[in-house]
Amino acid sequence: MKEFNKRSRTIKTLNVAFLACFAMLVTASCNKLDLKPTNDLTAQDVFYTPQGYKQALAKVYGAFALTGNATTGQQDIPVEIIKDEGNSDFLRLYWNLQELTTDEAAWSWQSDAGILGLHEMSWGSVNSIINGLYYRSYYHITICNNFINESSDNNLSKRGISGADADNIRLYRAEARFLRAYQYWVLMDLYANPPMVTENTVIGGKDLPRQIQRKDLFNYVESELKAVENELAAAKTNEYGRADKAAAWALLSRLYLNAEVYTGAARYTDAITYCNKITAAGYTLHNNYRELTIADNHLNTNENILTINYDGTNTQNFGGTTYLMHGPAGVPADVSGSNGNWGGLRITQQFVNLFVDKTGATDTRAQFYTTGQTLEMTDLYLSSAGYSTTKYRNKTRTGAPAPHQDAAKDFSDIDFPLFRLGETYLTYAEAVVRGGTGGNLSTALGYVNALRTRAYNGSPAGNIGNSALSLDFILDERARELYYEAVRRTDLIRFGKFTSNAYLWAWKGGVKAGAAVSSKYNIFPLPPSDLSANPNLTQNTGY
Amino acid sequence: MRIYTFSIKLNLLLTFFLLTTAKLHAQQPVTVLGTVKSVSDKLGIPGVSVTLKGTKIGTVTGPEGDFSLKVPGGTGSLLFSSVGYQTQELSIPASHVLNVSLADDAAALNEVVVVGYGTTRKQDLTGSIAVVSAKDFQKGSITTPEQMLAGKVSGVSIISNGGQPGAGSTIRIRGGASLSASNDPLIVIDGVPLDNTAVSGASNALSFVNPNDIESFTVLKDASAAAIYGARAANGVIIITTKKGVSGDLKIGFTTVNSLSRIIAKAKVLNGDQIREIVNATGTAAQKAQLGTLNTDWQDLIYQDGLATDNNLSISGGVKGLPYRLSLGYQNQRGILRTDELEKTSVALVFNPTFFDKHLKLDINLKGSRQKTRFANTSAIGGALSFDPTQATYTNRPDYNGYWEWLDNSTPSGLVNLVGRNPVGLLEQTENRANPLRSIGNIQLDYKFHFLPELHANLNAGYDVASGKGTSYTNPIAASNFNDKGFDNRYKQNRSNTVFDFYLNYIKELPDLKSRIDATAGYAYNNYLTTVFNYASYNGYGDKVANSDPDFPYNKPEHRLISYFGRLNYSYDDRFLLTATVRRDGSSRFSAQYRNAVFPSIALAWTLKNEAFLKDNKTFSALKLRLGYGITGQQDGIDNYGYLATYGLSTPTAAYQFGNTFYQMYRPTAYISNIKWEQTATTNFGIDAGFLDNRISGTLELYLKKTSDLLNRVPQPAGTNFSASAVVNVGSMENKGVEMTLNFVPVSSADFNWDFSLNATYNKNTITNLTVVPNDANYVGFPGGGIAGGVGGQNALISSVGRSKNLFYLFEQVYDQSGKPIEGVYVDQNGDGIINENDLNRGKPADPKFFLGFSNNLNYKQWNLSFTLRANLGNYVYNNVSSQSGNLAQIKGSAILLNANPSYLATNFKTQQLFSDYYVENASFLKMDNLNLGYKFGKILKNAATLQLNASVQNVFTLTKYSGLDPEVAIGVDNNIYPRPRVFSLGLNLNF
Repeated sequence: MKEFNKRSRTIKTLNVAFLACFAMLVTASCNKLDLKPTNDLTAQDVFYTPQGYKQALAKVYGAFALTGNATTGQQDIPVEIIKDEGNSDFLRLYWNLQELTTDEAAWSWQSDAGILGLHEMSWGSVNSIINGLYYRSYYHITICNNFINESSDNNLSKRGISGADADNIRLYRAEARFLRAYQYWVLMDLYANPPMVTENTVIGGKDLPRQIQRKDLFNYVESELKAVENELAAAKTNEYGRADKAAAWALLSRLYLNAEVYTGAARYTDAITYCNKITAAGYTLHNNYRELTIADNHLNTNENILTINYDGTNTQNFGGTTYLMHGPAGVPADVSGSNGNWGGLRITQQFVNLFVDKTGATDTRAQFYTTGQTLEMTDLYLSSAGYSTTKYRNKTRTGAPAPHQDAAKDFSDIDFPLFRLGETYLTYAEAVVRGGTGGNLSTALGYVNALRTRAYNGSPAGNIGNSALSLDFILDERARELYYEAVRRTDLIRFGKFTSNAYLWAWKGGVKAGAAVSSKYNIFPLPPSDLSANPNLTQNTGY
Repeated sequence: MRIYTFSIKLNLLLTFFLLTTAKLHAQQPVTVLGTVKSVSDKLGIPGVSVTLKGTKIGTVTGPEGDFSLKVPGGTGSLLFSSVGYQTQELSIPASHVLNVSLADDAAALNEVVVVGYGTTRKQDLTGSIAVVSAKDFQKGSITTPEQMLAGKVSGVSIISNGGQPGAGSTIRIRGGASLSASNDPLIVIDGVPLDNTAVSGASNALSFVNPNDIESFTVLKDASAAAIYGARAANGVIIITTKKGVSGDLKIGFTTVNSLSRIIAKAKVLNGDQIREIVNATGTAAQKAQLGTLNTDWQDLIYQDGLATDNNLSISGGVKGLPYRLSLGYQNQRGILRTDELEKTSVALVFNPTFFDKHLKLDINLKGSRQKTRFANTSAIGGALSFDPTQATYTNRPDYNGYWEWLDNSTPSGLVNLVGRNPVGLLEQTENRANPLRSIGNIQLDYKFHFLPELHANLNAGYDVASGKGTSYTNPIAASNFNDKGFDNRYKQNRSNTVFDFYLNYIKELPDLKSRIDATAGYAYNNYLTTVFNYASYNGYGDKVANSDPDFPYNKPEHRLISYFGRLNYSYDDRFLLTATVRRDGSSRFSAQYRNAVFPSIALAWTLKNEAFLKDNKTFSALKLRLGYGITGQQDGIDNYGYLATYGLSTPTAAYQFGNTFYQMYRPTAYISNIKWEQTATTNFGIDAGFLDNRISGTLELYLKKTSDLLNRVPQPAGTNFSASAVVNVGSMENKGVEMTLNFVPVSSADFNWDFSLNATYNKNTITNLTVVPNDANYVGFPGGGIAGGVGGQNALISSVGRSKNLFYLFEQVYDQSGKPIEGVYVDQNGDGIINENDLNRGKPADPKFFLGFSNNLNYKQWNLSFTLRANLGNYVYNNVSSQSGNLAQIKGSAILLNANPSYLATNFKTQQLFSDYYVENASFLKMDNLNLGYKFGKILKNAATLQLNASVQNVFTLTKYSGLDPEVAIGVDNNIYPRPRVFSLGLNLNF
């Protein structure tokens, strides 16, 4: 009996326990689904300190230097757009569209995504380089918009940031606005009529961005630049790598030089105005052309206005100047300061022939690599067809290896001159020759000859006289001075030579001798994927 | 009555077993011997419970239905019972030999099927459920559980991911419900839902389960069956039940399978003489000078005969009402690719006692497995096809460890940049080792209330813990990583998933109303936590790579599901059946607003056989109609925190320079605040029928699956998010299909038996929408099937609206009069005079239209012959091996010479034509997966044991028109998969 009682007690306990268990579970545990990531932070965490703002600003710049949050493996642009991460940074994409479409460059590897059709000028609307740059520009703009929001005066005061810290952050905000204007200029130049997003666009929101026409976008970029001109740090006073007033002036002068292409109305006088602001700020030419694009070119603060910074140890990616260091075909590793070349970039003979002396013995800007390369680009997809160049070298001015070079010699230390005084001089000269006021021919000639004197190693042997300063000469001079600096396509369009038969180069139009193509190729197509995502958009004419 | 307390330690229990064994030997009772066979197919039935009536003395039958039971006194009657068979009672004859035939079929009223959170009587089933038990498994050298199921169930496709030891499989039930999110079914082992992601260091999540421990698979195919698993059930559910302990005599089983695997065929490549001929005819002087003089077959140098041994020991029995089963497994496998090794040790321990007159049932399952692997560098497979066959394997120099490589004295490494390295060197200079561990276990209590025996309470607490750690090493002077000086890195990951569920089950027979009610309501908690440790990188000398210290020592991704569920089974007069289920899932992967969702289902069935007009019909032995509808969800493929706005810190190598300082960047992550479940609504109609005493039986199913809120990675309007594309709920898709299973027993006699089963599946997929604005002409579709060769971005497949998913999207090749493809000439689809992406053509499908499976079993006296055939029809494969290297530029278009695919000899293509549909080939196939011959010796060692020998061949043959190595590829693009070997094995089963 005792046994039985004990048993029945146990059973009772069991009955109760199971029922209680059930009741408990049904009522409890409803709010346990809020999980947070271990290492990633929320906006509140990031923008809690001035240091956090600075690191967010690093992304505002890093978005046009790097491919993502790591050397490889954490790319900003998803693989559906660009599978090869090394092709997804801003500079390599932008450079490819500005250079591979012209006489300055061709890439040997036909099967690389987006290559086929670029130099031949037969691209369609689906092309991972053309679509890729578009998405990269918007990525950068979105990062800038977000930063502008997070650094609003309202947010700063809400987070208790004031005084010098707040002033600094307002400076960052102006720089973010400048970089956003820069990307809108890129979009206007390449895609003409893109959608418009600002800091008021809600992330993941339902409102679809509306399309803006090229003319209106011109006005927007102009007004933004003029607005931030007043907020940015005075020329030459900001930290290296950060934009100042001169950067805004440089972009304004470039904008005005090309205004007729964008709006139909010439603005050469304005171009001169902003060139003058730059020269008045005390910039001077660095004394050696061959030191403009090497590992320690950050020392050229007299000439560089704004650079995209790279570092072999701390700022690594497989695009950027790493691409420009490895890309040129045939260049030996010890010349480029890398672990070897990728056999990719070559130059058409038409471009090489712009140099009377191709050896570089007189005009030092001729830095062609010719061993094993033919002058004629007999085959578009052959790495030995066409000279290549040694303009980008990962060496210091003493010839020593880059100080921050990584052990494998994969990455470049070379900073990319986005704006430098050399371009300002040529912009000034062209604007004057094209009839802009506020400048004069003798200054223009002086600028051109200053560049040529530097090119000729300080010798006046290459200087020209007044009569030689024609528009055609200026275009050729821009080619000689600025090749491989991602301006060629814009220049050829301004001169009406990009798609027309006014200037033909090897494999333009897909034929060896070169042929004219439809003028629709002056503007790139919008990605069909964005037309699909955003029904507000209309494709550019001809695509 | 004594209550067992579970503080008893494991080792104590083991001591108990040993004591029991000793005691039994001391008793010397009469031994009753016999075999239990099935009435229908005359095959031995394993796992039949044999008990002496009125006692706890019992045993279970061995793999061939043999049993031996020691009966004190030698009299009484024995009860033979097994799931799926009618129980029989027979008295022990004087001969002490008892051969029994058990009748199977629907008449076994109480046969139950595991259905998720409980069981259901087989006769009450209303949904599409398939059960595969041990006797139907694929045989031979099986190293991973799902392979046993291949070809056995209609609607289930299991494609092994290659021939690497322990390689996993791509499992698809009814084609999967998703486009870009996961299509993997949910797998539940003994009540523990698994995380499908692999443990790092192991190639396959399921490889930790010893196939020998598995008793059955239950496949829940339609939504009415699977909806009880709610948010994870859209791709179907596979429930794995492992073997349990059975009260009675100690039984020891030992099996060993020893096998030899050998590559079936080498991929076709050109030989050294052919390369010399081509280069001498068309090459430059410099290229001719590069030629070597040999005929090296690189494939011969990287492959070997694989040897494997797989040994299992199982001990089961019961100690005073505590049934147990202990199994130990040891497997050692050497892959066919040299340096591939896998060693696996596994333990499974089960206790399943009952208490209080079976009112309280306890199930404890513990499974553990430890692997020791070395992964070969599989890039040697592709390397062996492209490396120059005219060159030597070794040099006599110490550079690059003596392997022959392409040299260039202008580079710092002395090697030509960016070219393939010696494949033998790739294998031998890389050492990737891993030691993953995994343990899955649960404790389940089922309590039948004393005051209300119709009510059960069931409590289940389980875990799935794993630790993956390993090292990867490449020699510092290996050519492949010379610039980096090799590497010597480690990784580690710990997983700790917990599951807890509790439900009440109420079963009531209402004879007055001719009704039966079976109702369940419960709660479930699933937590998935992984800790990923981060380490700095080291080169092959052990020096830390500059700036490689991680930002964070570890990351702990976690997600959680909290759910409530209910099920009602109602049957009226054994003729009309109803099943209704509902589950409400709450997931941590979604914002509060979208966190909870309800997944309902309802199904009806009509058992026609139980109607008066069929009851006594001799032709129909079974007939049942079923109709079901339900909604299931899918949340795999969604980031754990994807709805939250967060910022990630960049690595120190991705910092940006201001002044003289490098700042690590804070990057905002793209987020979709309204992300939610993908939902699939399935309608299923089924007929189960049996004829002539079930000598012929079968099932026919028709289904329609509609997936809405498809999780699709789609472009975001530029400028509106921190990524150009994101996974959002957009679009919809349909799968329609027919499935059929037929079982035949054509011959059934004393000496000769033959049964076979045939299953066939037809699935048609149609995408109905993919964009925010439906039918958007600008959106060509969702790309898939990446093409290797060239740098990135190219895809061979597209999934577009109005068509089925995974169609080839390539240029249509133009041929000359002799039928030879004209290089670079394609059909100008839109007639605009230029060939560009607008001329890509949607062509053949990559997914098969039909799947067929055919299993055969022949028995003649002591001989058994079985085989499994499997066929896929209507599927096409893009031969990427051929497209990548079947051209002249492959051979001599770069700085070095390479080998090419012999398709070059047919096409004479000068350069790669990756987008030509010339490379799309008919890949329909018929495979014999398995051929097994067994011989039963019967009793040996003075009746103390039974012995059976098996010889089997896997991958016996493949009939196909496909020109590549193997037509069976998961995503339609054939690109140097690890070849599936042919495996010859000899096995032995010994049972005491």
